Amino acid sequence: MNVQPLVEPDRVHKTVYTDPAIFDSEMEKIWEKTWVYCGHESQVPAPGDYYAVKIGRQPMIMVRHANGEVGVLYNRCPHRGVQLVGNLKGNTGNTFVCSYHAWSFHLDGSVRAIPLAKGYEGTRMTRENPDCNVKRAARVDSYRGFVFASLAAAGPSLGEFLGEARIAFDDMCDRSPASEVEVVPICHRVIQHSNWKFFMENQLDALHPSVTHQSTGIAAGRVEKRLKAERGSAPLYYHYLSTFASSFEMWDSVQTINFPRGHGILKAYMGLRPQDPDTLEYEALLKQAYGEQKKEEFLSRSIHHVLVYPYLSVQSPLQQLRCLRPLSPDKTLSEIWHFRLKGAPEAIYRRSLWYYNLVNSPATMINADDLENWTKGQWGLSSNGGDWVSFHRYAGDDRVENGVTYSNHGTSEAVMRNQFRAWSEYLSA
Amino acid sequence: MSKQKAIPTAGPDFEHLLAQDVVIEAAPGAEGAARTGAQAIEPGHSPVAPLSRAAGAARALPKPGLMVDAALQREVEQLLFLQAELLDGKHWQAFIDLFADDGVYWMPVTPEQTEWEGSPSIFAEDKLMMEIRKGRVSHPNAWSQAPMWETNHVVSHVAIESMSGGTINVRARFHMMELRRDDVRHFGGSYRHTLVRDATGALCIKLQRVDLFNGQAPFDYVLQIWV
Repeated sequence: MNVQPLVEPDRVHKTVYTDPAIFDSEMEKIWEKTWVYCGHESQVPAPGDYYAVKIGRQPMIMVRHANGEVGVLYNRCPHRGVQLVGNLKGNTGNTFVCSYHAWSFHLDGSVRAIPLAKGYEGTRMTRENPDCNVKRAARVDSYRGFVFASLAAAGPSLGEFLGEARIAFDDMCDRSPASEVEVVPICHRVIQHSNWKFFMENQLDALHPSVTHQSTGIAAGRVEKRLKAERGSAPLYYHYLSTFASSFEMWDSVQTINFPRGHGILKAYMGLRPQDPDTLEYEALLKQAYGEQKKEEFLSRSIHHVLVYPYLSVQSPLQQLRCLRPLSPDKTLSEIWHFRLKGAPEAIYRRSLWYYNLVNSPATMINADDLENWTKGQWGLSSNGGDWVSFHRYAGDDRVENGVTYSNHGTSEAVMRNQFRAWSEYLSA
Repeated sequence: MSKQKAIPTAGPDFEHLLAQDVVIEAAPGAEGAARTGAQAIEPGHSPVAPLSRAAGAARALPKPGLMVDAALQREVEQLLFLQAELLDGKHWQAFIDLFADDGVYWMPVTPEQTEWEGSPSIFAEDKLMMEIRKGRVSHPNAWSQAPMWETNHVVSHVAIESMSGGTINVRARFHMMELRRDDVRHFGGSYRHTLVRDATGALCIKLQRVDLFNGQAPFDYVLQIWV
């Protein structure tokens, strides 16, 4: 498939959001080839713990092996193809047993027992045949506890794939006095009725918040202002909501940094470093762990969130991560996780939790309006009312250094232009 | 239960397979213990809940409702029925007014959660946060509110579980249908109301806990207003 005619430097053809053939090509050439996020190591702490996860169209199992390593297997019995686990998560003991004919496998996927083994004597399917093992993901690697798998044996390493976007995980883990995070074992799952690209574009679209989210920003700002007048201060979580109703000028001053492979950063704007006693106690712990200079380096990074293209949005200062699992051209599952900073006070966890509950929960007062926009966007792009999607804002205005695009205006559509450069490269490979 | 018995590695396996225990219920003290293959292949329905019990195991037996004075039973029921009708009628302030000043509306993610503060939740709202939600859905530029939408609640099985020191604990079931544009969604589950009396003697809600029966399945779109 030749996608070159569909992607121009400042606009793309509508079919990249709607065409099932293009979607299949994305699954094949991006998701089932490059590194895809499976989960965090702490989701599977003990041997036999597993978590079912989709990589593109492939049902996979992330599992903790007996030797402590985390592996990723196809969820498929090599005998007749039945899935080995039927639940999303659990513990399988020291063996996977197929529910159909009781073939059993070690946690690394190697065959353990074939019932009526004598029936296979003289056939091609004896246990020495590697076809008797559960197929493994071609490559599995992790970065600071975050596990990725690639279904292609060749290609860039995980480090090369992440590139500068690895700051997502550094920024999250460095905020822990123990230098690591652990998952909060709850996953919010929300289905978006839109192509996955709407979400990825929206994450770094700094013009949309004050339009899309003004109702919540204004309602929260009113209560926040009243509390400040009555009590002298308001909890930080009101600000999580009220800040969405900031002016266009404020959003224009927030820079985006756009890396190769479509990754990107939206710089900080929320002011997430208050000077209350909880924060001071927490900062003292970081200083104890890393020294003053490192502590300052870690806490003064300007990040709102980091995109790992094409499927992750990591809000490292609040320890939240959203992962996309595209289901069809117009249907996308999002998985939303929260992490604890190991060794940090409970108050710091609870402060971030407010963001998880208010912005990222299935009763979100923020994303409800995003989802409505994207649904209507998907419907609009499916029509014959026009062929092109415009990304012209501040085109030609951005600064490019060493392959990295820095926006001069926060509202520059440099983000989408950069993502489609990467998309086009993936699909043309 | 010989859960440790190895899966047979060779030979006439059928006898071994028959001899194995198929352990579906969680054994006492089995938390954290390795589970058998049989447990692992039991299809579960609780993908995000902690592994506190196996998927097929029963929950605790429900307590029968108290045989209270009929007038009190009616008073409690009327409050719950009114609350449902206020939601369906989009009377947001009147809904909020049913709560005590320190009242909380809480929808946890899993039945195992016990504290509204510090828990990952679907809703965790005091009256100030309810005021923000009301202000938001009432704003002319609340875009997600533009499409036509309506709800219809049915509340039943109202049982007064306990009463002590002016506090009444009530459990009930609900079913809510939502129409949004051309689509219908269903939400079901249970309410647990902790009721107290205000200065005028009227019942008000100190805590409403909502356990959404289908809250652990993926949400097709999101919830915008209290259920």
